[in-house]
Amino acid sequence: MLASFPNALPIEGFIGGLAIGLAAAIMLLALGRIAGVSGLAARAVNIADGGAPRGIAIIFIIGLPLGAYVTSLFMGAIETNYPESLLMLIIGGLCVGYGTRLGSGCTSGHGVCGMSRLSPRSLIATIIFMLCGMIIVAAMRYFGLIPA
Amino acid sequence: MSLVIGLIAGMLFGGGLAYSGMADPARVRGFLDIFGHWDPTLAFVMFGALLPMAGAWQIQKLMKRPFADVQFSLPDTKKIDRKLVIGAILFGAGWGISGLCPGPGFAGIALNPAPALTFVAALLLGMVAHKFST
Repeated sequence: MLASFPNALPIEGFIGGLAIGLAAAIMLLALGRIAGVSGLAARAVNIADGGAPRGIAIIFIIGLPLGAYVTSLFMGAIETNYPESLLMLIIGGLCVGYGTRLGSGCTSGHGVCGMSRLSPRSLIATIIFMLCGMIIVAAMRYFGLIPA
Repeated sequence: MSLVIGLIAGMLFGGGLAYSGMADPARVRGFLDIFGHWDPTLAFVMFGALLPMAGAWQIQKLMKRPFADVQFSLPDTKKIDRKLVIGAILFGAGWGISGLCPGPGFAGIALNPAPALTFVAALLLGMVAHKFST
């Protein structure tokens, strides 16, 4: 399977995805909330006024690196190839931060929670951000900003 | 109690991101790189995540209130407006440029602190910029 994509991780991806979906299901069924990371992050640092109780937002956001750390204890080093360019990290972060607030969500909120709820808003948002990401990456490849 | 649940959910989410390879910005960008070395992994992650959540929404419909809270607090906006579209365009652009979205950004703090914190700092700054521009 997937012989044409030797680097793909279909099994790990699916299992990791199940964990992410389970986390979102726990947030929904136990706490009655959407597990949208951008919204919870904004709430955690008091940028958003409404939304989840601040304690829950803070502890969820702290849980993200903690869970990744525990996983690395079991799996060994986890590959993280960040862009070498500081500018790409900063411009990327600024766009993601502004865009997720304006568009009310990111990959988790719209992509996972909203699409599974068949929300047209989330479906549209997910299609747009995926397409836009693909166009940007294609442009970066065209201008030689991504290594061949 | 709700804090313990929040911590478990956050850790499960962060663990899932790390295990699935989504903590690697190069892999995430690989999914968006359809004219380059396309990496389909993110599609499997998405599929895996949608399954439990699709079930959870069905269960949610039958519940009067969540297990550990007094009521559900769910978005009820239906409007597909300019804010949604422009926000998604901006987010998609930043996602493509960096290979990072908010979840992997925070999860990465434990794995590769310097670049992850740089991204997170810019992300929060972008959120503040939005708050003061609207």
